[in-house]
Amino acid sequence: MSKPRDKQMTIDEVVAELSDGMTIGIGGWGPRRKPMALVRAILRSDLKDLTIVSWGGADVGLLARAGKIRKLVYAFVSLDTVPLEPNFQRARQQGTIPEVVELDEGMFQTGLYAAAQRLPFLPMRAGLGSDVLVNNPSIRTVTSPYAHPDGDFEELVAVPALRLDVALVHLNRADAHGNATYLGPDPYFDDLFCMAADRAFVSCEQVVDTAGLTVDSPVQRLLVSRMMVAGVAETPNGAHFTTCTPDYERDEPFQKAYAAAAGGSDDDWAAFEARFLAGDEDAYQAAVAAFHAEEAAK
Amino acid sequence: MSSSTRAEVCAAAIADAFKDDGEIFASPMGLLPMLGVRLAKLTSNPDLVISDGESLFLAGVPPLFAKGDVVEGWIPFRKVFDVVAHGKRHVMMGATQVDRHGNQNISAIGDFAQPKRQLLGSRGAPGNTVNNRTSYWVPKHSPRVFVQQVDVVSGVGPKRAKEAGPAAARHNDIHRIVTNLAVLDVGGPDDTVRLLSVHPGVTVAQVREATGFELAVPDGDVPVTREPTDAELVLIREVLDPKKLREREVPEEATK
Repeated sequence: MSKPRDKQMTIDEVVAELSDGMTIGIGGWGPRRKPMALVRAILRSDLKDLTIVSWGGADVGLLARAGKIRKLVYAFVSLDTVPLEPNFQRARQQGTIPEVVELDEGMFQTGLYAAAQRLPFLPMRAGLGSDVLVNNPSIRTVTSPYAHPDGDFEELVAVPALRLDVALVHLNRADAHGNATYLGPDPYFDDLFCMAADRAFVSCEQVVDTAGLTVDSPVQRLLVSRMMVAGVAETPNGAHFTTCTPDYERDEPFQKAYAAAAGGSDDDWAAFEARFLAGDEDAYQAAVAAFHAEEAAK
Repeated sequence: MSSSTRAEVCAAAIADAFKDDGEIFASPMGLLPMLGVRLAKLTSNPDLVISDGESLFLAGVPPLFAKGDVVEGWIPFRKVFDVVAHGKRHVMMGATQVDRHGNQNISAIGDFAQPKRQLLGSRGAPGNTVNNRTSYWVPKHSPRVFVQQVDVVSGVGPKRAKEAGPAAARHNDIHRIVTNLAVLDVGGPDDTVRLLSVHPGVTVAQVREATGFELAVPDGDVPVTREPTDAELVLIREVLDPKKLREREVPEEATK
């Protein structure tokens, strides 16, 4: 029987597909189901001048601190229980991200829809009257060709397509071909990121056979179709320290340690980097396990 | 029933902001707004639709941060955006700055290009304020929050919305600003922030002093914000917030 092709690869092979200056969309939402193993692999690479498009969390903070970002498109950057992301704050206050585009969080979705549908823009109200339009003068408005019942022709924001070279997303389960399911409470926008990108890479907690994707979960949880996916990387605990419900919740003690180091002195951050980010993904996961053993012994 | 604390007065004032909303999605951001919305659902407006702040509509009214209630719907972020654009929603957001014309800032303090202090980012404020009813909760009313002009306009006040045209103004509805001192709206002359009531024990002069712009104050006596009823106090103290988390956000000592 013929089968679709096997797209499995390692996280480092995914990152080898990226190049300097690319526009990369990162799935998940804030501190939730972020493809963190792929972000860490980017940190280890010599990639530079990236445009990052993200409803941001520590993905943005880490990439900003490492000086990987030339342009950032975001609506917020937050760790939820730590409302302000210290590395992102630091980068903005020191002016180390050369270009920023701050959008309303709904405009962000509309921009991805436009890209996914190969449209130049889609209209919406969000942004009108706000400084989103002042700080991003390239975002234009468009006048409706249809009269409103009140008689006026509404002038709306023409949200430009957020076209991506690459999308990186993390799902709970995937098969070798790129079909993938989310098992948590919210799909976020991972399917949309994949459709807005020329190529999408899915990392996942576990690769299972295709039948396994729906054996104990409803078919509606199949969020991403293989026709939108270029590669699949199994990387357990790969969303750490963000949530990956129900596989695991956010690692709050670790996030606290991250935020303290990011918001601390240069030495604090250097120590965090040396302990957690100097090695490969296996070394990271081992260092996290050691961190928890140490916390438990306290 | 012992007399109400300032935090409890605030909770009832927030509840009152949602009492006439009918059957819409109430989206409170932060602890006191969540308490106020749940109080409204248990008293003045049982039709309110509330969520767990994550992705579920809750059929019941659980205590703050409790889990495991009956679910009546699914509201992942993508559907939140649908409801925002549809309009059946009232969000109560925080505000790092609010200006005389009711514009709100949660983006950055100082120059946007290189801010003195980077905040969250504008989140959903630009979209909320031109699509659905929006209120603000300010736990510490001060001239640092209530400024002449916000550094970045995240949430759009009525004057800016009108200037941006009918598509912006049509659904702009800045409803209430509830603070630890007072209840305000944007019904002042030229769409400015106006004092509606002062909380028990607070004077108009105190509110003026804590506001960094010329506050519109109606002629005659300014009403005093109502105290919660005994039934409301039981709900606040014994059902919704037995751990008194509210008192940490609005400490009673600070009101003396």
